[in-house]
Amino acid sequence: MPKKVGLIVNPVAGMGGRVGLKGTDGTTVAARARKLGASPESPRRAVDALRVLARIKDEIEILAAPGAMGQEEVVSAGMKGTIIGSAPKGRTGPEDTVAAARAMKRAGIDLLLFVGGDGTAGDIHRAVGRTLVVLGIPAGVKMHSAVFGRTPRAAAEAAIEYLHSPRPQSTNGEVMDIDEGSFGTGVVSARLYGTLRIPKETSLIQVGKSGSSHMAKGAAAGIAKELASIVEPKTLYILGPGTTTRDVLSELGIRKTLLGVDVMLDGKLVAKDVTERKLASLIRRRSAKIVATVIGGQGYLFGRGNQQISAEIISKVGKENIIVLATKEKLASLEGRPLLVDTGDEATDKLLTGHIRVITGLNDYVVYRLSD
Amino acid sequence: MGRNPKTLLRKFHEAKWDEQIILEMSVPGERGILVREAEPEVRREVGSGVSAIPPGLRRRSKPGLPEVNQARVLRHFLHLSQETLGTDVNIDIGEGTCTMKYSPKVHEQISNRNPAIRDVHPLQPTETMQGTLEIVYKLEQLLKEVSGMDRFTFQPSGGAQGVYTSAAMIRAYHESRGDTQRTEAITTMFSHPCDAAAPATAGYKIITIMPDKDGYADIEAFKGALSKRTAGIFITNPEDTGIYNPLIDEFVKAAHEVGALCHTDQANANGILGIARARDAGFDLSQFNLHKTFSVPHQSTGGSVGALGCTAELAEFLPVPQVKLAGEKYYLDYNAPRSIGKVRSFIGNVPSLVKAYAWIMQLGDEGLRQVAICSVLNNNYLMQKLQQIPGVVVRYAPGRRRLEQVRYSWEKLYEDTGVGTEDVRRRMADFGVQSYSTSHLPWIVPQPFTIEPTESFSKDDLDEYVAILTQISKEAYENPEFVKGAPYNSVVHRNSSASMDDPVNIAVTWRQFVKKGLDKRVRRSATKRS
Amino acid sequence: MSGKKIVFPYIPNSVPDVKRQMLKAVKAKHEMDLYEEIPERLRVKRRLRLPKPILDESSLRRHVEGILQRNGSGYLSFLGAGCAEHFVPAVCDEINGRGEFLTAYGAASYADHGKWQAYFEYCSLMGELLDMDILSLPLYDGGQAAATSLRMASRMTGRKEVVVPRALNPEVGLVIKNYLKPDITINEAEYDRKTGTLDLKKLRSKISSKTAAVLIENPTYLGLLEADAAEIGRMARSAGAEFIVYTDPISLGVLSPPAKYGATFACGDFQPLGLHLNTGGGQGGFIATHDDMRYISQFKEELYGITPTIEPGEYGFDDVLYNRTAYGSREKGNEYTGTANGLWAITVAVYLSLMGPKGMQDTGRTIMQMSQYAAKRLSTVKGVRLRFQGPFFKEFVLDFNRSGKSVAAINRALLKERIIGGKDLSKELPELGQSSLYCVTEMRTQADIDRLAGAMEEVL
Repeated sequence: MPKKVGLIVNPVAGMGGRVGLKGTDGTTVAARARKLGASPESPRRAVDALRVLARIKDEIEILAAPGAMGQEEVVSAGMKGTIIGSAPKGRTGPEDTVAAARAMKRAGIDLLLFVGGDGTAGDIHRAVGRTLVVLGIPAGVKMHSAVFGRTPRAAAEAAIEYLHSPRPQSTNGEVMDIDEGSFGTGVVSARLYGTLRIPKETSLIQVGKSGSSHMAKGAAAGIAKELASIVEPKTLYILGPGTTTRDVLSELGIRKTLLGVDVMLDGKLVAKDVTERKLASLIRRRSAKIVATVIGGQGYLFGRGNQQISAEIISKVGKENIIVLATKEKLASLEGRPLLVDTGDEATDKLLTGHIRVITGLNDYVVYRLSD
Repeated sequence: MGRNPKTLLRKFHEAKWDEQIILEMSVPGERGILVREAEPEVRREVGSGVSAIPPGLRRRSKPGLPEVNQARVLRHFLHLSQETLGTDVNIDIGEGTCTMKYSPKVHEQISNRNPAIRDVHPLQPTETMQGTLEIVYKLEQLLKEVSGMDRFTFQPSGGAQGVYTSAAMIRAYHESRGDTQRTEAITTMFSHPCDAAAPATAGYKIITIMPDKDGYADIEAFKGALSKRTAGIFITNPEDTGIYNPLIDEFVKAAHEVGALCHTDQANANGILGIARARDAGFDLSQFNLHKTFSVPHQSTGGSVGALGCTAELAEFLPVPQVKLAGEKYYLDYNAPRSIGKVRSFIGNVPSLVKAYAWIMQLGDEGLRQVAICSVLNNNYLMQKLQQIPGVVVRYAPGRRRLEQVRYSWEKLYEDTGVGTEDVRRRMADFGVQSYSTSHLPWIVPQPFTIEPTESFSKDDLDEYVAILTQISKEAYENPEFVKGAPYNSVVHRNSSASMDDPVNIAVTWRQFVKKGLDKRVRRSATKRS
Repeated sequence: MSGKKIVFPYIPNSVPDVKRQMLKAVKAKHEMDLYEEIPERLRVKRRLRLPKPILDESSLRRHVEGILQRNGSGYLSFLGAGCAEHFVPAVCDEINGRGEFLTAYGAASYADHGKWQAYFEYCSLMGELLDMDILSLPLYDGGQAAATSLRMASRMTGRKEVVVPRALNPEVGLVIKNYLKPDITINEAEYDRKTGTLDLKKLRSKISSKTAAVLIENPTYLGLLEADAAEIGRMARSAGAEFIVYTDPISLGVLSPPAKYGATFACGDFQPLGLHLNTGGGQGGFIATHDDMRYISQFKEELYGITPTIEPGEYGFDDVLYNRTAYGSREKGNEYTGTANGLWAITVAVYLSLMGPKGMQDTGRTIMQMSQYAAKRLSTVKGVRLRFQGPFFKEFVLDFNRSGKSVAAINRALLKERIIGGKDLSKELPELGQSSLYCVTEMRTQADIDRLAGAMEEVL
């Protein structure tokens, strides 16, 4: 029986980038992008990926969203596909992505390929959560989420490998979005939406090339053992968000929230999903350390997705009490760029310059540069 | 016929014998060899001999070895040798970091094939090994001059074991000073994996320094990593990218300031023989890989020696025995109370020591310099040519020279065509050259391949190699699926499964393969073919 | 050298014209321009002080062979202790002398398919001899194999103590002692002074819930057979420890493979299987286990698996669980990975293919017969007695205490007769006084043994 592969293209994804917009989320921004002369980027990238996928066309059945959301790209790539759902009226928007993904889920598929950026990934997450295995073909302006192939072709190769595997396995990829705010205001908000199930990359090629943040088997356990060996009693541990911190703490028997900042004391969670104010009051009475990880593809240590750990908290705890966890693959994916800090407070940002130790495994550290 | 003078490509097909596994070739009753029987008088005296074995320890069922006549065993293994491309039979410049060079034939005859080496037991009285010990001793003197170090051991039987031995000596050194707080070792990401793994095996926490955007190990990060906890640093220079770290003496100085010892892994020394010395940069320890730099044949990964040199101060920690000279007599010195003991039995891979000695003696000072210069020249010549091939990228430090090797990237080819480095690597086997090395993991350079053209290869060889990669790049742009399907003219076709990590598929011996019934799967598909 | 440039046969581009052309191509005026990246301060300021080169091959041969002649030759040797002279079929040397194998290295499987198949056959044939399913590529030597087996057991069990015999072969023991530092404690088990085999009562007291592994040698360093091996295995297993048996593979035509008496690991050195003495350069380590992922995932060296290709009926080979190794995971790999003894592994495959089941049985029997004959004959010499009376394989201890002479003196006297006596044990096992370890393989004839006995009678 052929495997079923779903395809959803967000036809407006990636339009903003070329004209200097920070994303194409929401219909108004898309309209503005068009006005600025942008042309759709994602259809071309979808076709690129499909041409690679054509190699196994006899082994798969493609289920495409209608019109510009998949159907047209399948035709351009010279392939055949079944159309799922009805064509949206007028310009497409986030709700169309959500509807298409839900339709795919109902139709029953082995793998959902979606073409877009962080916004699209968020829509897919909203629609199907962790019920489907999905893989992003990168076409957006912002791609902080760890659910995309490196390139459209690489995504297609990873899909082929997954579909070929006799025992396909999936793993978690973070979905996040960073909204650089409306023009000129400078207000930054970052969100970690949760995780999607993505194909677990098995071959050496995939392990090697990917800079994605999902962790190699055993990596979390190694980092956890090292963390356990340095944890001190009667000390508060402020645990930052992210899959790395969650997976590592889960190895230590701690059920940490994925998106929130939690607090641990003597091997037990004493507070979950705390606010900055709560943190400030907690650390007034006890010595504290921060356990953080590198968030997203850009290499942010503070100021993205973990704003609860504010400048005030960081300066009180002190640089020497910050414990950073990350895999070496993730650090390597930064290609020599430093870790970034954006706490909104110049003095705190200055405190976090120079170098910092990162736990990368059992008995295994990297000393890594922080941005100046 | 012959190589096409215009394209420099040749028509090639590797030997393909469709050879069965030897265990499938058994004919009951056949004998490959007969074994000497005990004399009649001996048998009369002690009987079958086997009856002395306690019943619980006697073998009940004979081993499931195949029964094959001698000519067929010979033919089988000759077929397998023909299905192998050693350096002797190809332009073997793709195995970067491995320093594949010509191993002079005369060296085999004067070492392994010489009864004075072949038939000597390592524990024989030293008066019956004076010649061997003299060569070992003299080799030590030669390597001292090449490296600037004061003493050597030849016991480590591989580069990685050399690094491990160094880590064990560093541990013994700090212990001997009562300094117990040193629990960390530092290495760089582009040092060979053994520079992290060997000190980790010796019990150290490992701190890795990542490359900066130009590929150099970040010296500020390095200084930030140093502390009273640092026991030692383990650095390859030039690194596996072929880039020489010009601040290497500053790394050493900073490490010494906190009381750490410094080891340099000289696996990549081929380009700096007679040009730069480990000791001159301040290193306390360093190892040469005699099977790489000093022409000892690679022996299908065997016969290796990680010749480890150290300063006079550290000599008391060297493994035992050490070869020494008293008057005119060479002897084995076991009297070293602070020695780490042993890392390998006896003296080490002695035949390989004779080969390395002979090689240095043939070249002398000028020859060693020419080895270095010609290997660097070959490498830079090749880099210039390969950079012109569509799809090839050289990461880091653009416009700067590399020493003896380069880590290239097919990143552009991959993005343009979907053909990655593993695909190109398989396709190379169709042109009569060995598949190249990609890179150890993780891949810091995407779609990597590492090329090291040693001094052994001529300009004409290099041009042919360039022609092959040019052709594959052209094929990738014109017909990527064709390249992905390679090899076509090699011994076998591409493996059908992408990964061998699933326990269901793991079969590392014939009996495991048969027990799992996987052999039937192959045979069934064979019947389908016919 | 009168300014004339030497063209070295091993350096093709040392031809001045070619070099000039290439330097021009890389935009270098002078050779040293190639080294711009090495700062002046780090360069050697002078020429290396090396002997004048021996440029022609015949002079080189004369030079090296001349030095090696000082070894002398024509000795009759009874040395063993981890390295012994066994029969090497001519086909073994024919195959390991082939340039394709001699100069291959760690390349991928396609162009080197034959080498990968030979490795696979090495593992497969050793698996048959040992009656176990899993072997990796070889290790440096038997000592490394023992040390790594112990580390594997420690990782598997999470325990940090091991038990090994005190009278372990020192070539193995010294490697283990260094390799288990700093985290694993070694407890030594005594041997029974009368039998020479392990004292079970003392051994039992060393095993606890902290024990990761119990390692025994069988045959032991002193040549003896551990008749209670199965019982020792039960003791280890019931404490939750691994049972590691260090064995001499050439004994396995007649001795039971360790797996049959409960070993969870079998390890040792394969030098006896087709390899010359090579002054100690013929050693190679092996580790075998059962087919169980708990064990498989702990191997340190590369594992090569057989796998179908896209062509029906064709075998290919590939790496198995590459991320176990340091090549795949740097410091997170199992210990460190290093290339070791591939050519000797191929030679072992040739040897076992030639021998077949019958050859291994015959070899084992001849060794049993010759060594027993020797022990019997030599203990008739006045002042000499066989130290331990139990069954042994290939090696045995001769006790010279009654002769009033030291082993050193006896060996010196034998050497004058061009005989190399057994290994002197007086320093490493002082409780045995003046005793010596003799080794008699299938290579020693009755005449050799009688000659030794005669010489001993003269000496004593």
